[in-house]
Amino acid sequence: MNVTLDGETVVKLQPVFGYLHRNHEKIAEGNSWLAAVPYTDRLDYICPLTNNWAYTLAVETLAGLEVPERAEYIRIITAELTRLQNHVAFMGFILADMGAWGSALMYAFREREKILDLFEALTGARMMCNYMRFGGCRCDLPSGWLESAGQLVEGFPAFLDEMEALLTGNEILLARLQGVAPLTPERAINGGLSGPILRAAGVDYDIRKVDNYGLYSRFKFRVPRGRVGDCYDRFMIRVLEARESVEILKQALVGIPDGPVVNPKAKQRGFRPPAGEAYGRIEGPKGELGFYLISDGSDRPYRFRVRPPSLINLTLLEELCLGTKIADVMVILGSIDIVLGEVDR
Amino acid sequence: MTEILEAIQSAFPSADVGILTNPSPCAQHSLLVAGKDALDVAKFLRDGLGYDFCSNVSGVDWPPKKVREVVVRKETVDGVESEVKETIEREVPGYLEVVYHLFSIAKRLGPVILRLRTGNRSDEVSLPSLTPVWKSADFQEREIYDLYGIHFEGHPDLRRLLMWEEFTDYPMRKDYVAPDDYEYEPTPHDEILAKVGPPKEVA
Repeated sequence: MNVTLDGETVVKLQPVFGYLHRNHEKIAEGNSWLAAVPYTDRLDYICPLTNNWAYTLAVETLAGLEVPERAEYIRIITAELTRLQNHVAFMGFILADMGAWGSALMYAFREREKILDLFEALTGARMMCNYMRFGGCRCDLPSGWLESAGQLVEGFPAFLDEMEALLTGNEILLARLQGVAPLTPERAINGGLSGPILRAAGVDYDIRKVDNYGLYSRFKFRVPRGRVGDCYDRFMIRVLEARESVEILKQALVGIPDGPVVNPKAKQRGFRPPAGEAYGRIEGPKGELGFYLISDGSDRPYRFRVRPPSLINLTLLEELCLGTKIADVMVILGSIDIVLGEVDR
Repeated sequence: MTEILEAIQSAFPSADVGILTNPSPCAQHSLLVAGKDALDVAKFLRDGLGYDFCSNVSGVDWPPKKVREVVVRKETVDGVESEVKETIEREVPGYLEVVYHLFSIAKRLGPVILRLRTGNRSDEVSLPSLTPVWKSADFQEREIYDLYGIHFEGHPDLRRLLMWEEFTDYPMRKDYVAPDDYEYEPTPHDEILAKVGPPKEVA
């Protein structure tokens, strides 16, 4: 970021991008459809499984593929676990941005590590999962996985309570977050913000509810909203969303049916969707993650476009930071919650 | 989609708008809008029809391609008229395309897909910027300018987004050839050596 200051007040701010640019889109256009799945892990490397899902969902929309019910449940379970660990990591990171380097982050990472252990047991990798396939998932759950996931979900609200007791009433946290960089719903929508920070600005828009992709219409959960859209709302919305994710997980772990985990008709290697185009999107932990794909009927995508929530959520960064103090800039950036692997792609 | 097209046509009778069908099972059809009408149509979509959320802006490159066609031609040889079938190869000129995916947050509708096309694929092509209508197009149009080389007229701050300022090519175009080594920078060896002078002899 190039920041111009008047004393300690920000008068101009220009984000500078591109230091992690490897042209993911061009790489994907030169490879087969399947070969793009592991690359999506590296977009937002905190939440690989939601990236996998967004891409496979877009391909399934493009080719009109059905997904078996068990695979949909596994996708929802892994996506909500991803959301939990992303929001938990966020709580740690924003404290680190405020200068509380250490304790909060370590508490958060202790809990995140338990979820990553589950991912490792399921996919073989903590972070680069490469798990979802067109029309389903790569492999079924290992034995005992549902029980250990159930234990984790059971214990999670206690951890959130502990985190809240530590943080939400904390005087320093309130002083640093409350009233900093408020945002109106109109500006948030026009600026293309999505995900938690859009809802923190008071807009009731959750793609899980709107698009009803996957089997989300079967689950009961609420969509929390903020009141003024300041940094504190952006912080609290993550805590509340994590609690709702726990509710979804509880329902999904009980209701998961038996059956195949991948559509047997779906071809993986040498997959050739019919010519056409499709835009598929999901509610990722950071916002609307979409893939815009054009197929010319060949074995590689003609156009592969990622709609990166981290980049587009930065659109209003300058507007939010103008007139604030230099010390607040880090907190505002932290409250947007970006991952640079996705910003630059 | 046809209702949207009719609404646009009744609001702007002179506008050059059409529907482009999508053969995929998802049937996400798009509106092809001429560059001159793009800003009016975009404002109408936002204010008149409630498409307040511009989610995704992508560039697409369509290089020129050769199409084979069978043409029937009448030929007169020695006073006898006959029909001759002939296969000719015609070149379809290439163009660059910008695709906007719009949603309505209030009405929960979408996606409405808006496509703008340039006339050719030269380095000087331009289209109107829709950033004044939807601020969210800001960085994405900059990215398309960076990677595809479309100049967006009316963009508040059109600079390269991901590549460095001195870079001259457009990497996402289909005919782009990556260099062997991006890191290579010519250094003026001879000039530097001349400044240093001849190597000193060690006694």
